Order: sequence, then C-alpha cells, then structure tokens
Amino acid sequence: MANFNMLWLQSSGCGGCTMSLLCAESPPLFEQLSWQGINLLWHPALSEASGQEVQSLLSDLEQGRESLDLLCIEGAVAQGPDGTGDFSRLPGTGRSMMSWLQGLSTRANYVVAVGSCAAYGGVSAGGDNPSDATGAQYAGERLGGLLGEAFRSRGGLPVINISGCPIHPQWVLESLASLVRGEMTLQDLDELGRPRSYTDHLVHHGCPRNEYYEYKASAQQHSQQGCLMEHLGCIGTQAHADCNIRLWNGGGSCLRGGYACINCTAPEFENPGYGFLSTPKVAGIPIGLPTDMPKAWFVALSSLSKAAMPARLRENALSDHQLMAPKIYYKNKRR
Amino acid sequence: MTQRIIGPFSRVEGNLELRLQIKEDRVAEARVSSQMYRGFEQMLEGKKPIDALVITPRICGICSVSQSVAAARALADLTGAKPPPNGVLAANLVHACENLADLFTHFYLFFMPDFANPAYRNEAWYGRVAERFRAVSGSAAGDALSARAELLHLMGLLAGKWPHTLAIQPGGSTRSIDASERLRLLTVLRRFRAFLEKTTFGTSLESIVELSQQDQWHQLSEPETSDCGRFFALSRNLKLDQLGRGGNAFMSFGGHAFEGESLFAAGLYTDRWQPLEADAIAEDVSHSWMQASPPRHPREGATKPTGMDDNGYSWCKAPRLNGRVIEVGALARQSVNGNPLALDLLRSGGANVQSRILMRLWEMARLLLAMENWAELLVPGEPFFEAGLASPQDGEGVGMVEAARGSLGHWMRVRNGLIDRYQIIAPTTWNFSPRDADGQPGALEQALSNAPVRKQDDENPVAVQHIVRSFDPCMACTVH
Ligand code: SF4
Ligand code: SF4
Repeated sequence: MANFNMLWLQSSGCGGCTMSLLCAESPPLFEQLSWQGINLLWHPALSEASGQEVQSLLSDLEQGRESLDLLCIEGAVAQGPDGTGDFSRLPGTGRSMMSWLQGLSTRANYVVAVGSCAAYGGVSAGGDNPSDATGAQYAGERLGGLLGEAFRSRGGLPVINISGCPIHPQWVLESLASLVRGEMTLQDLDELGRPRSYTDHLVHHGCPRNEYYEYKASAQQHSQQGCLMEHLGCIGTQAHADCNIRLWNGGGSCLRGGYACINCTAPEFENPGYGFLSTPKVAGIPIGLPTDMPKAWFVALSSLSKAAMPARLRENALSDHQLMAPKIYYKNKRR
Repeated sequence: MTQRIIGPFSRVEGNLELRLQIKEDRVAEARVSSQMYRGFEQMLEGKKPIDALVITPRICGICSVSQSVAAARALADLTGAKPPPNGVLAANLVHACENLADLFTHFYLFFMPDFANPAYRNEAWYGRVAERFRAVSGSAAGDALSARAELLHLMGLLAGKWPHTLAIQPGGSTRSIDASERLRLLTVLRRFRAFLEKTTFGTSLESIVELSQQDQWHQLSEPETSDCGRFFALSRNLKLDQLGRGGNAFMSFGGHAFEGESLFAAGLYTDRWQPLEADAIAEDVSHSWMQASPPRHPREGATKPTGMDDNGYSWCKAPRLNGRVIEVGALARQSVNGNPLALDLLRSGGANVQSRILMRLWEMARLLLAMENWAELLVPGEPFFEAGLASPQDGEGVGMVEAARGSLGHWMRVRNGLIDRYQIIAPTTWNFSPRDADGQPGALEQALSNAPVRKQDDENPVAVQHIVRSFDPCMACTVH
C-alpha cells in the first residue's frame, strides 16, 4: 500500500536527473516506486495533473493540510535577479521556486536534493553564476545555501544530497528505499551530506584502466585506452562515486566511454579553474594527485612503475583498440 | 473576454506558463511564457572553447546529446577537425538514439496521458484508454520505460552514459568498439525494433517508412492492438487534425550525414522547398525580459536579462528567419526533407496536433532503420577519433543540428584562446517564442488561437494541453 507521500519539484536544472532516473531497470521506475510504497503526489515531468489542481495540492502541503513525507528538489535554487528568485518561478503561482521550496521544506519529513544542482548549485551556478543559483543546503562547498546551515527536516536529518550530474537512478532509488524504511541515519551521510552508499567509493575503483594507471601508461589523446589521469583531466582518483562499480545504462561509465571523470558528484566541479579535459601540471607533475598519498611518494613510485611498464601496456595505451593481447601462461613451460 | 493563467504545466520539460484570453468558448489570444533563466551563454564566456562540451549538454537533460553535437560541430568548424568514418557513424548512432528515445518518451509519457484526462470521462472509449495511457500507473508507461531503458544501453556502450556524455567531440567519438560490442549494439537495436513493431506500430518499420499517404497508415495500425492505432482512433474521434493549426513556414537544419549523404535535408519549406538562409536568422527581444536591443543575428547577439518588467513576458527571445515566424520539429523536418507523407499531411490539414504527432511516430521508424544501417557500417579496428587540432586563438564556429524537437544552433566566437561569445537558439525557442517587435505571435501562440474551451474543462482546457504537448516543448532549452 503506497503511503509515503513524495513531491518532486524541478527548480533551476536541466531535467537530466529525472531523465536519468527514468533509466532505472529491473524493475522500471514506476514499479520500483510502488513496490517501495511511495506515492508520487506530483512530478512536473511525469504526472497527469497540471494547473489549478497542482496549485491546490501545493498549498495544501505548504499549509499542512496534507502530509509531506518527502520533498525531492531537482535543480538549483535561483536567487536572482536581485534576490527576487524570479529567474525560476513556479508557473501559474506568481511565486518563485525559492519561496515555494522554503515553505515546503519546513513541512517535509525529509528533503532530498537530487543532483549536483540541487545539492550544491552545480552547473547552474557555473561561471559568474548569472542566476545567482545556490544549492538547497550548500552553496558550493559551503554549508548554508537556501535553507541554512542549521536546517533539519521534521525527520531530523539535514538535506540529503544525492549529488551527481546527472544522478545514477539507483543512487536515488536506494536512498528513497532507505528513507521509507526509516533506516537512513546521519551516519549514513558523508561530510557533504551525500549517501555514503555510493560516495564511500572512488570512481577510480573498478575503472577498466586501472592496469594502465599502475604503470602510468597514459593516453595522450581521447579515445586511447591508457589512463586519462596524466594528460586528459581524469580526477577519478579523487571523485567519490561508484560509477565504475555500479555501471550506467547497461554497462557504461565515463571512463568506459573513453573520456575523463570530471568529479561531477563534488561541489564546485563546474568551475575547475582549468580546462576540464586536460590535466593541469606544475613542473610536469599533475596537480590534484590522489588525496590520501604523499606527493613525493607518488612521484617516486610513478617513475619506477613507468620504467617497469610492460610493452603490452605501452602499445595499447596509445591505441584505441587492443594491439597486444595478454600472454597466455602455460603451467608446463616445455610443451 | 476572460483571462486565464495556466501553470504549472506538467509533462513538458521545464517551467511553462500560458496566459489565455478567452472569448466565449475559444481562445482569442495566447501569450506563452518561459519562466526560467539559467544563463548558460553568460557562463560560457571566458571558458576554454573545448569546455563547451562539458557545459552545453547540461542546458538540457532531454536533448543533451544534441547540444553536444552542436557544440562539437561548432568546435570542428573552429579547428578544422574531421572525424574518421567510424567517428561519424558513432556520433550519428548516439545522436539518433537520443532523438529516438526522445520521440518515444514524448509519445508514451508526455502526450498520450492527456487522453486519460478526466475531461473525457464520459466518452465511450475512456476506460480502456485511461487504463493504457494514464500517467505513471497506465500499462503503457511501464512497458515504455522498460523498452526505453534497454534502448539506452546503446548509450552505455557508445557514450559511456546518458545524459551528459563527453564521448562526442570535434574529432569523432572517444569510444571505439570492438567486434563483440558491435554485435551487442545490433542486439539492442533489434530488441527495440521488436517493441516498436509489436506494441507501437503493429506492423513492420519498413512498411511505415514507405508510407506516402496518411490513409494507408490507418489501415496498417490496428486500433485494438497497437498504440499507434489507438492514437488514430482517438485522433479521429476528437478531430485532432483540426486542432492547433500552425503557420506555414517550416525549417530544418538537416543532419545525420554520412559520406556526403544526409538522412534529413536542410532548408525552409513554405509551399515549396527553399535553401536555408542562415544569415537571415535574428533574435528579437522586444517582448523578452532582456535589455532592449534591435534584432541581432546570433553571431552578434548578446544575452542581457533584466528583471521581470512590463515590457516583456518571457525569458525567451523571439528568433525569426527573415522576419518570419517559423515552426520546427519532426513535421517541419520531414516537410523540408520532401517526405511525401509529411507533404500529404500538410496538404490536407496543415500543421496540427495530429500531423505533428504522426511525423514524430514516423521518424521513430526511420531513425531505427538508419541506426541499424550505421551499426552495420562500423568497422572495428579502424579509428573512431582524430586527434584534436589546437583551437585557434581567434575565430568563429557554428554548429547547426536537428534535435528531436527541431533546429538547434550554437554560434561561438573565440578571442585570445577563450570563448568571448556563445549564442544558442534551441528548437523550443523558435516554437515558443513570444511576440516580436511587429507584434507577430510565436508559433505556439498562433497554434493556440481559436482553440476550443469545452464546458467540461475546468481551469485548464484539454485542447490547449494537446496543442502545447504536440510541440513537445523543452523549456530548459528554450531559455538556457
Ligand atoms: S545536476 Fe546535472 S543533470 Fe541534474 S539537473 Fe543539474 S545539470 Fe541537470
Ligand atoms: S582513467 Fe581515471 S579513474 Fe581510470 S584508472 Fe586512470 S585515474 Fe583512475
């Protein structure tokens, strides 16, 4: 019996988190929601109701005439121009998303920010942030955002930040299941408010290029098979997410797609301060090495492992397909 | 005359508000307003040109790849990059996959649920149709989601993920596939074909693409067993071919070319085909919440939002071609392409709710067949990517493509190695533009005028909803 009321609002975002959520499989999205006992009160891209009917629902929720177990926010909160929030309005209501989200979040048992825009501002807060976009409870890396540092929803949790641009459908669906079952606690969130179920991993874990990484066999251009860390901007060794363990769209990931991890689950990924697709270096050494390793050791180990690089990896790293297959090992050397 | 403000508008992408003047039982005048502004064109200024590949797809999560392709084309134009054949095929496959998924998602999740609207509860067909097409809980939604997710395995294979891939670049595709992956790709396409033939069309894709007259189609798709047939029955019952009549100027930027042949031609169609004069595009801001300026070509354009003031009523600009209001989308694309079925539809009822939806359905069949062909042409072992040439310090690049919803253009200018101007015109910007300085309403504004407002409709006339959704608007793209 569906009895966990969920409202989904889209603020300043691209809708891509919803589009990605629709890729949920085995079972598909709507079946997973109903199986979990989630009653979708309204979702702008998916629901039947429009107009007046939705306006009444929203004001019933805001006034507490109807209970709101879960408020999902997709997209950043536009505060501009000049603090009016007019850059993103909930159509038909004459009110900004900013003001609706403020009102509704005080009524919700749980507030979930879906995607990096909602969590931290994301790409919507890129460049000079023309729309003055912020996240629900963070503005970039800083706590605060729309709802403020001290915000706790009625259920006692801060905003749950399912960051990612976009999110993996199962990151969201698992987090929802855990909320419905009352199993999500503060300990299940990391320092940035993200569910640890997927952020206690690094993108580097399970990357098919790990063997190249071991020997610093690096690709020089995109499409080649080598590790993308040294030249092509990959920061998978610092990025918190299980993208190479829990794959996308039936088996993909950024690295499997042949391009760099840009750490889209992290606050402020949108403004790296250098080009996304090349690795900034100081004196030939990439900046932003793995966070839990002394730099000097990294440099020393790299030059050692480079020297030990097998010919197979040297060849394959610079090709877009395998040139040399791994050798077969025979137990009986004298056949 | 009464005024109605309609919003929020569900099952469209993004924040849309309508302001309707209603006289007796008809819409006399409509104003279409985009209620969100994010500022991508401003964000892009000062960035490295290649970073457009990261930023622009995030304008829109529903046609993210179309944005990537437009950005990659603009960059290729700037750098002179030339992708190898495999790279072109892979990019075509990824792009067409998104177009196809988009058309498919629109039909099942956005458009058809309107027939489960309680306004129709007294119709004889209501029960059966609502059971099939009701949003979220209808049987079609579940079927469609599974099929869609499996189709998008193509993205997992060729693009890493969807949306927001970086696989498509000016030099081709970063993802090369081997022989076994190519077979997987063909399997994905085969499975989706089976769904389309059995559930959507009730007939083979080949017989759909060969159609030249709408009447032939009615006979092919059974109203009891195929969703397309169900649509025909509803369309006839509700006279959707008389609803949402548009203007008569249609544009397409064309695309999906391989080795000199384009799947879809570029051009303008009025009563005949004409070449596209891309230089005659200009964006008018007289009714937008933008700083006043004369209409400008996107090569020279700027985006300077003001607050919501009384001079405007939308964050959307009003693009015009030679001062003309233009409709874009599948029907427009196929008219420009000289498709006999599209021309037959235009002859009999012009652009309307039915003809827009039929050409969207037709394109699904066409795209899947093209994709099967491209997948066969891939040559594992041959290159997919050409090393990117260095981007010049100064220069301009243009990328013009067709997204599912119509023509999408990116205009980029680089100074001192950094982006100094980036202007984007998205399909829905054309269709959902506000009025221009001559007072000409945009394409949807025109299509809405005269729409019936039935007595049983409350605040939100169902005919208006059909018309709006027949364009499949994406408001996130519109204003970006
Ligand atoms: S986080 Fe990314 S995918 Fe999600 S809404 Fe924002 S830009 Fe779109
Ligand atoms: S490409 Fe990135 S994620 Fe993969 S092994 Fe190299 S550094 Fe790690």
